[in-house]
Amino acid sequence: MNSTVGPSAYWYLTRSSGIVALVLLTVSVAVGVLDVARVGGRRWPRFVVDGVHRTVSLLAVVFLGVHILTAVLDSFAPISVINAFVPFTGTYRPLWLGFGALATDLLVAVTLTSIGRRRLGHRAWRMTHWLAYACWPIALVHGLGTGSDVTQAWLEWINAGCVLVVLGAVAARAIVGWPEHVRLRLTALGAAVAFAAALVLWLPAGPLGAHWARRAGTPASLLSPSPSASTTPAAVIGGSGGRGRSA
Amino acid sequence: MRIRVNPITCEAHGLCAEMLPERVTLDEWGYPIIDGRPVPRELEGLARRAADSCPTLALLLDLPKTRRGA
Amino acid sequence: MSLPRLLAGLDPAGALPLDAHVAVHGELPPSTAGRRQDAPALIEELGRSGLSGRGGAGFPTAQKLGAVLAARGRPVIVVNGCEGEPASEKDRLLLERTPHLVIDGAVACARAVDADQIIFAVDADAPTARWAVQAALAERPDTGRRGLDTTVVAIPPGYVSGQESAIVNFVNRGIPKPTAVPPMVFERGVGRRPTLVNNAETVAQVGLIARCGADWFRRLGTQDQPGSALVTLTGAIAEPGVFEIEYGSTLDSLIAAAGGTVSPIRAVLLGGYGGTWVDSAGAIGLRLAAEPLRVVGASLGPGVIIALPESACPVAETVRVATWLAGESAGQCGPCVHGLAAIARTLADVADGRGGPEAGGRLGRWAELVTRRGACAHPDGVARFVASALRVFADEFADHAHYGRCTACARRPVLRLPERFALAG
Repeated sequence: MNSTVGPSAYWYLTRSSGIVALVLLTVSVAVGVLDVARVGGRRWPRFVVDGVHRTVSLLAVVFLGVHILTAVLDSFAPISVINAFVPFTGTYRPLWLGFGALATDLLVAVTLTSIGRRRLGHRAWRMTHWLAYACWPIALVHGLGTGSDVTQAWLEWINAGCVLVVLGAVAARAIVGWPEHVRLRLTALGAAVAFAAALVLWLPAGPLGAHWARRAGTPASLLSPSPSASTTPAAVIGGSGGRGRSA
Repeated sequence: MRIRVNPITCEAHGLCAEMLPERVTLDEWGYPIIDGRPVPRELEGLARRAADSCPTLALLLDLPKTRRGA
Repeated sequence: MSLPRLLAGLDPAGALPLDAHVAVHGELPPSTAGRRQDAPALIEELGRSGLSGRGGAGFPTAQKLGAVLAARGRPVIVVNGCEGEPASEKDRLLLERTPHLVIDGAVACARAVDADQIIFAVDADAPTARWAVQAALAERPDTGRRGLDTTVVAIPPGYVSGQESAIVNFVNRGIPKPTAVPPMVFERGVGRRPTLVNNAETVAQVGLIARCGADWFRRLGTQDQPGSALVTLTGAIAEPGVFEIEYGSTLDSLIAAAGGTVSPIRAVLLGGYGGTWVDSAGAIGLRLAAEPLRVVGASLGPGVIIALPESACPVAETVRVATWLAGESAGQCGPCVHGLAAIARTLADVADGRGGPEAGGRLGRWAELVTRRGACAHPDGVARFVASALRVFADEFADHAHYGRCTACARRPVLRLPERFALAG
């Protein structure tokens, strides 16, 4: 049902579901920290906070599933199922898409271990659950590297908001149980701050800079012949008015 | 079915008392006091959820041994 | 045969070497080839003898062996020579002076359940005992290179380190702290194998029963509690030490055998620091056996009896010991950590006259609150010790609540604590 030119429904779906998945993942991390910090009371019993965390996380996985499925189904960018799960394979922006595959693998691991929590035992579950902290920045970088809407103001606001929320969550998490394991906490805080700083430094020269689509590894056949700051599928392959024919 | 707690793994999160106050109350330090009486059928689902909700998996269910104990 | 049994032929200079040991007790009967189908012989004999654990829990020994035998996997024998109870010396005495008798029992148990490994757990701060066991093992043909695999493990000192799951935990993971059960160690212990953990004295008794039989064993003691037992008697006693008693004998006869008391006695502590106080009136004519002691709410526990003189301050003694016991918590279970600390703090407040009128009620509530809510019986013991102290020494506690410290508070303590701890005040 796709045409080779112009945006298809899948393309829009994959972009939107990806953004929603990131937002949900952000909320999940934040509520997860509320969980660990034992936030709760009569109005918000802890089993409710915990339930929200689990539900939001599951929703994030669902949206991730839609994101992957539609990305694979869409014929504009050559993304196969393999590319979606095996990092750094494929021809479409292999590095940045690979981050997405990596984040997916981590989230799958976190999800499966949470489902099998009883069998795994608490300690093993806890160790793997911390992978969620690694999953989030990788997912964000994937979005920044592959996202077609990165330069749009509304998405910049969303991304900035998510980063702030996660930074706040990490800071709050580092405080819970202070001062046990001080070095570990300071390392985590340092890593979070360093990540944020690196983002600020990288973005202008990276996704927000010129010719990002080409620099990011978009196959030449998909790039528009005329140079432009960012490339959307609408500007693809010699406009023979195919836009009208797509879904 | 009876409820039991592993006192070493328990970290006084208190979700069990929220989920199943009929069998679990918290002492002044936040740790569960378990009522060891059997759980009636209508509360079994809640008991399972309570055990599942424990962040450290400290709340345990003792099921009647049919062939091999749980 | 009469007493002494375990303590027969002891040499004050040191351990009995193998030939002297055989001269005193005779040879251990030859092995029945250690095949599982021959196992019932010893287990049955132990069942008929009525031997129960001498480490404090009093579990029927034959039942323990049967449970280990029924479990899946090749069993491991652990001989528990750890004596966390500060006032107890019996296990160290056995290991230092008659290690071969203990080893005899361990070997007999190993054959009965077809175990291939024996671990001797000894306190790390009892090097003489450890050395004596190692030397004895090297002397024997049935252990070491030519026989059963044996190891001597030094357990870090601690009140709860000698608990059976703590020893197994230390052997498995290097952590001398109790673990939560189930699974019990007889199902899954050392190396996830069924593990038989027995007190050193219990094992020594097995060594005797394997030679002399159940009927012989039952010639001493009572119908319900046959045999002999070791008791460490200290306090205001002329010749304190370790004694071998017959179950059912009186406390008075024991004290007489120890040269009598050196001053009037206020009360007697039975069962160690996790045990029960009995006032001197209740101690008169008291028979040392499970049933008569149960009537006064006490038990022998690991065989510790301490006579508290009237010159001592029972409140100060209780506070000191309760504070120490709170510090000895493994720190794993919330009710124990918080409860024992609260109890110790409040007791100290009461001793100083700062407790307030509800202190007694709070103490009673906490004692109930910590009982059976830990992974081991440590908080239960502390609750029992404190509750019985509040009952027996009610007058002295009331005195202190009103007037604070008394002249006897600063006297040299009767209830000893290990020197590794320096207490303030």
